[in-house]
Amino acid sequence: MHLAHYLGLLHRAQCNLADAFRQVADAHAEEPDVHHLCQQQAKRCDEHAERLRPFAERYSEEAPAEPDRLHSELFTGTRTGGIGLLRDLQDLYLMAAQCDISWTVVGQAAYGARDEDLLGVVKRCEGETAIQLKWLRTRMKQAAPQALVVAE
Amino acid sequence: MVDRIADPWGPRTPYGPGEPWPVRVDEFLDGDLTEADVDRWVQSASVLHSNGDAMDIAVSGGRIVGVRGRAVDRVNRGRLDPKDLYGWQANNSRDRLTRPLVRDGDRLVETDWDTAMGRIVARSKELLDGPGGWGHFGFYTSGQLFLEEYYALGVIGKAGLGTPHMDGNTRLCTATAAAALKASFGTDGQPGSYTDVDHCDAIALWGHNVAETQTVLWMRMLDRRRGPNPPAMLAVDPRATPVAREADLHLAVRSGTNMALMNGLLREIIRRGWYDRDYVDAHTLGFDELCRIVDGYPPRRVAEICDVPAADVERAAELLGGAQRLLSTVLQGFYQSNQATAAACQVNNLHLIRGMIGRPGAGIYQMNGQPTAQNTRETGADGDLPGLRNWDNDQHIAELARLWNVEVDTIPHWAPPTHAMQIFRYAEQGSIKLLWISATNPAVSLPDLSRIRRILARPELFVVVQDLFLTETGELADVVLPAATWGEKTGTFTSVDRTVHLSEKAVDPPGEARSDLDIFLDYARRMDFRDRDGGPLIPWTGPEEVFEAWKECSRGRPCDYTGISYDKLRGGSGVQWPCTEEHPDGTERLYTDGVFNTGPDYCETFGQDLSTGAEFTQSEYRAREPNGRAFLPAVDYQPSPEVPDDEHPLLLTTGRTVYQFHTRTKTGRAAQLDAAAPQVWVELNPADAERLGIAEGDLVGIASPRGAVQARARLCGIRPGVVFLPFHYGYFDQDPNERTPRAANELTVTAWDPISKQPLFKVAAVAVAKLADGDGVPAPAPTVGGSEPVPGADVPATVGGPAAEAVSGKE
Repeated sequence: MHLAHYLGLLHRAQCNLADAFRQVADAHAEEPDVHHLCQQQAKRCDEHAERLRPFAERYSEEAPAEPDRLHSELFTGTRTGGIGLLRDLQDLYLMAAQCDISWTVVGQAAYGARDEDLLGVVKRCEGETAIQLKWLRTRMKQAAPQALVVAE
Repeated sequence: MVDRIADPWGPRTPYGPGEPWPVRVDEFLDGDLTEADVDRWVQSASVLHSNGDAMDIAVSGGRIVGVRGRAVDRVNRGRLDPKDLYGWQANNSRDRLTRPLVRDGDRLVETDWDTAMGRIVARSKELLDGPGGWGHFGFYTSGQLFLEEYYALGVIGKAGLGTPHMDGNTRLCTATAAAALKASFGTDGQPGSYTDVDHCDAIALWGHNVAETQTVLWMRMLDRRRGPNPPAMLAVDPRATPVAREADLHLAVRSGTNMALMNGLLREIIRRGWYDRDYVDAHTLGFDELCRIVDGYPPRRVAEICDVPAADVERAAELLGGAQRLLSTVLQGFYQSNQATAAACQVNNLHLIRGMIGRPGAGIYQMNGQPTAQNTRETGADGDLPGLRNWDNDQHIAELARLWNVEVDTIPHWAPPTHAMQIFRYAEQGSIKLLWISATNPAVSLPDLSRIRRILARPELFVVVQDLFLTETGELADVVLPAATWGEKTGTFTSVDRTVHLSEKAVDPPGEARSDLDIFLDYARRMDFRDRDGGPLIPWTGPEEVFEAWKECSRGRPCDYTGISYDKLRGGSGVQWPCTEEHPDGTERLYTDGVFNTGPDYCETFGQDLSTGAEFTQSEYRAREPNGRAFLPAVDYQPSPEVPDDEHPLLLTTGRTVYQFHTRTKTGRAAQLDAAAPQVWVELNPADAERLGIAEGDLVGIASPRGAVQARARLCGIRPGVVFLPFHYGYFDQDPNERTPRAANELTVTAWDPISKQPLFKVAAVAVAKLADGDGVPAPAPTVGGSEPVPGADVPATVGGPAAEAVSGKE
């Protein structure tokens, strides 16, 4: 059963997203809303990772070797300035999107495995990931015209 | 005669439930003048608080010489706030601005209007030339101008320049009221009426020191409390305000924890069956999710988070749950605190699940902080669109484009209008290059003042300031325009409970000062803004023409003014919107039929996630099929962005005294008011003071990560762990060479609510230390209000003396 690999993928993606949220929060501390909400969402990602861990451990006992190129690197550090903020939020968006689709995949697998506990975690967390995507989109929509058309 | 400094609320006129509030006419005339000396009385209403009290201005020899409350008016029945009784004297101040000023190096020098406006227009045209030119303009206006002025400004910004960067200082006082009303009911607009005080059997005041912020509304409540069958009263406030002392139950919650309290109260009410299942089923959406969230807040957990006794949480729930006609009022203790919109929505939720809305006595006031804040919101001079339209609804934008005869894409509607703190951020980064500030004083009123001063002083930023006096903000401007004020111009404005008043010109403005409307119209003419047919975009020449144009903009929207005219407002009482041909006398209460403004084609917002502000889309909104049902949004408690630590162990909250308004631009120039509260102070709980070795009157330093101020200590009933500074005190009346830091906003944090974008003035972490001994001289704080000293303290009472004696005539 390969479910452990996707749980591992999602777990690491949540950890990476938490870390990236914190880096963006620090790098753009002069945007107080970005700073505060990125900190808040980092904690949410921590919680998601924490909830996934027991399932990852349990299923890893039944798992074959991890396939090649399971994980991907989506974040390589923050930038500065108006367009830098936009670009950093876009990185977060792509990372959250990876989590979002991974929740869907893991949720499908939970149905297949008849694992109600795992399904409960997915149902709770996928909605919070969806809100993260929505917030990032909202904030980027607000920032884009000024950063791309107005600022010199 | 009554000394209305010593007794701001005047004599009681008790009354019982369902009876009309008795008339009491308050009057104050200059010196020894009597009514016989008054040449004429000119109709107006108050601009020194948000209650909307109607008054007549006394004119003698071409000067304003006093005021008298209008007995005929539904809002105040003749009563006036002490700020109104004495504050008009500021109009006659010798330091009024009478000529435009322009910057010449380090100095501001007097000039003529052509030169001043010429500079603004030249810079505007230069900035507008080229793609993205609109984005270089920012407008920061007020909650103190008139409806006509806001509407004209809104059209200049949205259809003339095409910029979304326009907001009011209403962002600091009332943005959360608007956000919470929209989130719950679909659009802005107060459900209730002031007459709900006459009918209610319980009043809950949520972070609302109404005794000092809207004294006339408090008089109404006190008159009910002194009459037969008085309403029960609940106060939530970290300070021992007059409201808290009057209340049957006072919850002095730890600052920043309102959300936990509200969740706990809702849980009790639901679990004990004190909700109206039929109303919930028929008229609301989201009850199951609300139950799921609040279930995590049993009284013991609330007690821990909020630091109040669990038994008091239960008692509060009993008071709220047992009421048959519950009236709630909400203000800055919620709006300027952590999770502002979410907590304010919980008050709406309380009323919705109990079915306590839309009938006499069962009302909600999501209050405004400023006299004309409602109009900034209605006309779109802040983060809203004119007529309470939805920026994300293409049909609404098309309506505006038709009305103004401009292309749809001229009107910025790709995101909500830019909020004030973001406007200042763009100015800080340099993309906003022209910032036009009208009738407000951000150099004292915005958070983290050293940063605000730095932004305003940037050489690249062209700052226009339009005001009565050379404020702290004006000192940093490139052009200062002298404005006429209340009593010197005509226009309308609207109170919290939707009552529209006319304020007529009584006297000419001093020198070359012009009304704000004339200034905006002059700018529009000089910029030569055109509609799509080449005609002038803004053809108006005076306030009544603008009002008539506004009526068309409001047609069919919740704030429908089409049944109101200047003539209708003359002589009698103010009129509540919506006022139409079908409802010519206005509308006392909204949602009497339980049908809310949540229809997708009508609503003002498609909704936001309450913890992040993430916007929902139109299709997501439609999928919920609200169809006239109200929303019951709920979220978990989250701690404030800034909480105390070892270095900054106390929580700072800021606020007002009854004697001053905003940054004292007017009230600091009225002798009676200024003498009552002449200088900043800091309020401390005696236990905190003892631990820090501080006595009444000692000079104290208060420091946050942003800055430090000095103030004399007042030991009073504020809760332990919290200190209070009034935010009124800036620097205009200090010697420029000897300015000591005293503005509360030197300390406050740059942070805001994710939905309403209202700054968090009530939750900064600070350190407090004694700087010098007071030698037994008490702090310069009033003994009336939240700063009332501890019992037995040797502090002389605040009085106004003969100069403050006013008529208070009961019928």
